[in-house]
Amino acid sequence: MQRRDFLSMMTATLAAAGLNGCSETLPEKIVPYVRPPEEVVPGKPLYFATAMPMAGYAMPLIAESNMGRPTKVDGNPEHPASLGAASAIAQASVWSLYDPDRSQTVTNDGRISTWESFVSALASPLAERSAAQGDGLSLLTGAITSPTLAWQLEMLLQKFPRAKWHAYEPVGCDNARAGSRLAFGNYVDSQYRFDRADAILSLDRDFLSHGPACLRHAKDFAARRRPGQPPNRLYVVESTPSITGAKADHRFPLRARDITTLAYLLGERLGVRAVSSPQEITPPTAVPWLDVLIRDLQEHKGTSLVLAGDEQPPAVHALVHAINAALGNIDNTVFYSEPVEARPVEHVESLKELVSDIAQGRVAILAIAGGNPAFTAPVDFQFSKLLESVPFRIRLGIYEDETSALCHWHIPEAHYLESWGDARAFDGTATILQPLINPLYRGKNASEFLSALIDQSPQTGYDIVRTFWKGRMGTDFETAWRRALHDGVVSGTTAQTRTVSLVPNFAVPAPLPGQGDVEVLFRPDPSIFDGSMANNPWLQELPKPITKLTWDNAALISPTTAERLELTNGDVVELRDGSYTLQAPVWISPGHANDSLTLHFGYGRTRAGQIGTGRGFNAYAIRTSGAPTIAHSSIRKTGARVPLASTQSHHAMEGRDPVRTIVAGSAVEHEGLSDASLYPPRPAADYAWGMSIDLSACIGCNACVVACQAENNIPYVGKSEVANGREMHWIRIDTYFDGGNENPDFLFQPVPCMHCENAPCELVCPVGATTHSVEGLNEQTYNRCVGTRYCSNNCPYKVRRFNFLQYADYETPTFKLLNNPDVTVRSRGVMEKCTYCVQRINHARITAEKEGRRIRDGEIVTACQATCPADAIVFGDISDPQSRVARLKAEPRDYRLLGELNTRPRTTYLSRLVNPHPDAPKENRRG
Amino acid sequence: MADDQSIITPGYTYGSVTQKISSIVLARRTPWGWMVGFGISFLLLTLLMVAVTYLLVIGVGIWGINVPVGWGFAIINFVWWVGIGHAGTLISAILLLLRQRWRTSINRFAEAMTLFAVACAGMFPLLHLGRPKFFYWLIPYPNTMHLWPQFRSPLVWDVFAVGTYMTVSFLFWYVGLIPDLGTLRDRSKSRAAQIVYGIFAMGWRGSAKHWHHHEVAYLLLAGLATALVVSVHTVVSFDFAVGIIPGWHSTIFPPYFVAGAIYSGFAMVMTLAIPMRAAYGLQDFITMKHLTNMAKVMLATGMIVAYGYMTEIFMAWYSGSRFEQDMVVNRMTGPYASLYWGLILTNILLPQALWFRRVRSSVLLLFIVAMSVNIGMWLERFVIVVTSLHRDFLPSAWGMYYPTMWDWATFIGSIGLFLTLLFLFIRFLPVISIFEMRQILPEPQRKESA
Amino acid sequence: MPQIFHRSFNTLSRVSIFGAVFILAAVATVIGQIVRSPHVTGAHVVVVQPVPFSHKHHVGGLGIDCRYCHTSVEDSAFAGLPPTKTCMNCHSQVWSDAPMLEPVRSSFREDKSIEWVRVNNLPDFVYFDHSIHLNKGVGCVTCHGQVDEMPLTWRENSLSMEWCLDCHRQPALFIRPRENVFDMHWEPPSDRAALGRQLIGEYKIATPRQLTNCSICHR
Repeated sequence: MQRRDFLSMMTATLAAAGLNGCSETLPEKIVPYVRPPEEVVPGKPLYFATAMPMAGYAMPLIAESNMGRPTKVDGNPEHPASLGAASAIAQASVWSLYDPDRSQTVTNDGRISTWESFVSALASPLAERSAAQGDGLSLLTGAITSPTLAWQLEMLLQKFPRAKWHAYEPVGCDNARAGSRLAFGNYVDSQYRFDRADAILSLDRDFLSHGPACLRHAKDFAARRRPGQPPNRLYVVESTPSITGAKADHRFPLRARDITTLAYLLGERLGVRAVSSPQEITPPTAVPWLDVLIRDLQEHKGTSLVLAGDEQPPAVHALVHAINAALGNIDNTVFYSEPVEARPVEHVESLKELVSDIAQGRVAILAIAGGNPAFTAPVDFQFSKLLESVPFRIRLGIYEDETSALCHWHIPEAHYLESWGDARAFDGTATILQPLINPLYRGKNASEFLSALIDQSPQTGYDIVRTFWKGRMGTDFETAWRRALHDGVVSGTTAQTRTVSLVPNFAVPAPLPGQGDVEVLFRPDPSIFDGSMANNPWLQELPKPITKLTWDNAALISPTTAERLELTNGDVVELRDGSYTLQAPVWISPGHANDSLTLHFGYGRTRAGQIGTGRGFNAYAIRTSGAPTIAHSSIRKTGARVPLASTQSHHAMEGRDPVRTIVAGSAVEHEGLSDASLYPPRPAADYAWGMSIDLSACIGCNACVVACQAENNIPYVGKSEVANGREMHWIRIDTYFDGGNENPDFLFQPVPCMHCENAPCELVCPVGATTHSVEGLNEQTYNRCVGTRYCSNNCPYKVRRFNFLQYADYETPTFKLLNNPDVTVRSRGVMEKCTYCVQRINHARITAEKEGRRIRDGEIVTACQATCPADAIVFGDISDPQSRVARLKAEPRDYRLLGELNTRPRTTYLSRLVNPHPDAPKENRRG
Repeated sequence: MADDQSIITPGYTYGSVTQKISSIVLARRTPWGWMVGFGISFLLLTLLMVAVTYLLVIGVGIWGINVPVGWGFAIINFVWWVGIGHAGTLISAILLLLRQRWRTSINRFAEAMTLFAVACAGMFPLLHLGRPKFFYWLIPYPNTMHLWPQFRSPLVWDVFAVGTYMTVSFLFWYVGLIPDLGTLRDRSKSRAAQIVYGIFAMGWRGSAKHWHHHEVAYLLLAGLATALVVSVHTVVSFDFAVGIIPGWHSTIFPPYFVAGAIYSGFAMVMTLAIPMRAAYGLQDFITMKHLTNMAKVMLATGMIVAYGYMTEIFMAWYSGSRFEQDMVVNRMTGPYASLYWGLILTNILLPQALWFRRVRSSVLLLFIVAMSVNIGMWLERFVIVVTSLHRDFLPSAWGMYYPTMWDWATFIGSIGLFLTLLFLFIRFLPVISIFEMRQILPEPQRKESA
Repeated sequence: MPQIFHRSFNTLSRVSIFGAVFILAAVATVIGQIVRSPHVTGAHVVVVQPVPFSHKHHVGGLGIDCRYCHTSVEDSAFAGLPPTKTCMNCHSQVWSDAPMLEPVRSSFREDKSIEWVRVNNLPDFVYFDHSIHLNKGVGCVTCHGQVDEMPLTWRENSLSMEWCLDCHRQPALFIRPRENVFDMHWEPPSDRAALGRQLIGEYKIATPRQLTNCSICHR
């Protein structure tokens, strides 16, 4: 493992990369290796395939290592679950690797201890248990897809036959599971083929941003919105505005409860005779385009697709299965497969068993690997209180968090970039996790932890994972192993599809009426998910897709409801559900269902770290096991107020049409802006860089924002600075609400630097810190900038970002390792902005020139483009008519943002394409 | 008693004029009023020092500026002070060339005021830089980077415009001082004073030759300065006019900035002259005639400014540009509307009172109007800088600007700097040009009656 | 009334007034010289190293090729410094017990890197790439000087921006054939500019317009 010889790496890097940022040339040391590792060429990055486990499922990645420091991840193009895309959370996960708040040592009752003493401390308690056949030994994990871990757990259960293994994920797919059992009699996973679906109906299912398959869904969905493709049509009925709803051709807001009823209604209309007692079903607020929808679905038998949200009750999922069956979609647009999770359970149920075991004193040893149940468990379980009654409690965790605080032993968990392991993606395809660096804080990964439980001579993660795969990779193991490591895919691991059939006399229970003033919806936070990412500032500062809120969660309500309750943004309300109460500031969210209220998980952490502790409110505090996704509560205005920081204060387009929309099939004229000028044209160079952003592909998922932040060493600024309008993101996603408050059209527009050919910023800079390159780049030279901010004032797109204070962290040692060595770290008082990833352009140019050739089309991929799940961003040489970007710019849909200013931006947009049903009532059409 | 047509009360002689003016400086005891005034000003100056120190340590982030509003109080104050710095040179140079004899008793301290105002102004462009330590990169000089400033940028023009203006105004003021320095040297009793004044008098003997040279130099500088009066604020206005931001991008800016500058300049002269003549009993030298004339100039320039505002509104409508139109509507009805209407009130409506002779001949009312204009002109700059920036092209990028305590500290502090310098000037130099006052004495009165 | 000043003051004042001009000019010139002097640039100043390594001996004397130690110079931005292993290849036999080389041996023994002091040090906002410069025919000597004659190593040039620009503005005067980039004693032909122009064509060297773009070196 010499390439992971961390210390020498670090120092060697200081030499190769230098501690960017300081403007004087301080005396520097060069610290070469003592013995050189093979692969490393000093100053050149290496790339390794691995995967990030996210709620148990693999998010396949290619990780970049600069002299032994992982600095950036991107999706793995070889892997069906990514095809090159990576989510915002994956992009931000690199920061967490270097997070100084990660737990750095084994602790025993809060006192510093060692792994060895932990292992020996395990001996006697475990001996007692094995004497009792493992009775009283309980294990709590998250969802587990890792074949190796599953294998280890089996071994554990063989050694301790009466031991119990529970799995709990706060954001799981319990309802879907229960639904599949209801429909087919057993658990199956649904696999969707959006590339084949022409008419799609989503019942509160945010398939573009939720779930382990969301990246693949986005890829396939967006592919059908590209020029030349027959556009699909998306109908969405949803309670809270989501990016999926934003992409809908027909969207309608309904309370989750009413969506449930709607599902029954649809069942009726589509001939699913399943409802036990139809008379109980009162049709909800009329969905204006219901008839059109039903006709559309029936016209597209076999090429339509209906989905239900994880929050919807099992009955709805069952109904949807039946509906898809009735529409002949099964094995066309929907496939069913063996569950990918090693032991598919309904997580809340599984946790409930554990809780009752504890309550009855049947648990002597509780080992909690991962998760954070003390924070995320349903409130009625009173998990924290019960936990303390367990005699011997051990915990493996990345942070010393709420749960660790209640355990006797805490073992620091290794970050996925530090550990060997494996995980399976939504479709079952397995990936070997390989570390890029030795554990910074001597962390252990789950399999090392388990091996300590199984036998007191723990093995290394490397040995464990290899032992497992030996013999499971065909005859020539070493070759197969190397191949698997290289590709990031273990061939032949895709889950088997299963032919299923509805259970005879299929029936579902009628929906239960809810009681209480408002309906309360629990959702994972768009940025920090279930709270596990709470200490990641890149995600905290990431504007949430629709609300643009940062650093906080809020109770989202519709404008009408807000009016009724006389609430404005930031007003604190008290929610009461039975004996549980919660105080939360509200945020008015146009397009939200009335009398309904959305709470996001992940905030209100008490032991997250310097970044995450004490932000927002804890939605888990009123989430009961009875109603884990949809609850009802009374609501009361308290009169208190909480300031909330949003990055966009104005969501109307003011008739300036920054986002243009085109209805599919209608003729479009290319806007023929004249480039006539009194000045002579700039002499042409070898390349002319430009970018095209497809607004009908963009799903506003924010992945590009974080990817850019990671690639370009962009600092975070904190809540107060964001509130002050000083966020630093080089690419932002503007969100416009078009057409009323009840059910507006949501428009996303990623805005990086436009790299104008007539750039207003360039001619006002007094020192020439921002200049025009011969290839058309609008260059920003930080070390020349004196910080007049004139360029930012004069930028019509306001894409320039200024270091008003010292935002970059020069002190924390680990963050020096996080930085991309190819990009200068900016100091206080200088302007910065999107550079089209000029460092990548330069690398490509140097490589090409050394090989005596031109730069190939697609050879340069900007950070935002690389990670985009929708392939909305294309960068390249517009002077080459054959290049992808040039062809896209030739599209009639191509237009310039604020083109009338004659800035002649090199970044242009493809108008948003919508495909409403021609028979739908006008007012319910997008665009 | 002076009728308000005379520019100096009858009955004065060479001797008495000289005596009266120089006595202010040469008085043995410093008047307590001066002490108090100076004390207060100095406190404000210390406030400035604190604010600036904190600024240099923490960075411009201590101010309320952000994206989209990248310029705040710093630039507002800069433009405001530069504007004020116009009256001096205008009064001295142009009125001199136009042989306006009434200028004589006010030009000296108007010039001084100009210098101090420009000093305050010059401070802000440096302070508002993100990295002030590199301010010299705006100046063209051969360097190891083989780089020059970016000459298309109005900020570079500013450096030259303000720099030149500063230098010339100083020379003009100093050259004018020389004969009086001579007088002070000869009249002062203490050896120290004699030496100090002596050095700066540069061996002035008042010989015919000296007077001749002095006359020529003074006129030449006047000619030079005249051009600058127009150029400086024209260039300053380019900072905005060259930008493409709606509310900035406008050709009307140069003329109406210059007019506005003179407007505010005279307002400030008035604001200072009125209390001063009262304090030092100079009513005989700075007569109602002066105040009335200044009032008239203000009225005139005020009208030009008003015309500027109207043109902006008209052009916004006439241009047919939605951005321009929205900008005007936003100014009138947006979050900063109160400031806009405050500007109209203080800068346009109130000064209309000057049409009335009664107002022009009332010292108190004149003072109030002058004050209102001072405020109005500051508001004008606020409206131009902030309301244009905070809502420009893309609604998604709209924002707000709220000044912080440090914004205020620097602003108020700069007033402290201004007053401190002014008090020092009053104490140590003749506030009215002695030799020129002598020249305007009516013939019969010049000699002491035997 | 007594004279305040002695009459000599007349001359004195005249001199000081007119002299001021010259004094200012002088000051400017001096500053201009200082910022280009070794005191500021560090050019020609020997850097003290943990081991007194002599390029004169190894390169000039033994004729070891640059790339034997600076391995990545042709592939990477960073020329690379030899790992202790490289030194030990020879010094495990040659001078194997010279006290001067103890730091090297201990480094190898204890597996602790030798901390060399950087000689040619650019600011961190400057991104220089060795590989492309070699590829375009910039010889080692052009920037690093006659290293083979340096008993102890120093920086040959100021590395100031104007120095970089000298070449980026007119590469013809500085480049040489690729095969000679590592040649310590390559003699340029009489008409170097002509050769330069020819090589610019052969090596497809970018125009000064491009070579002087900010983003060529700053990102």
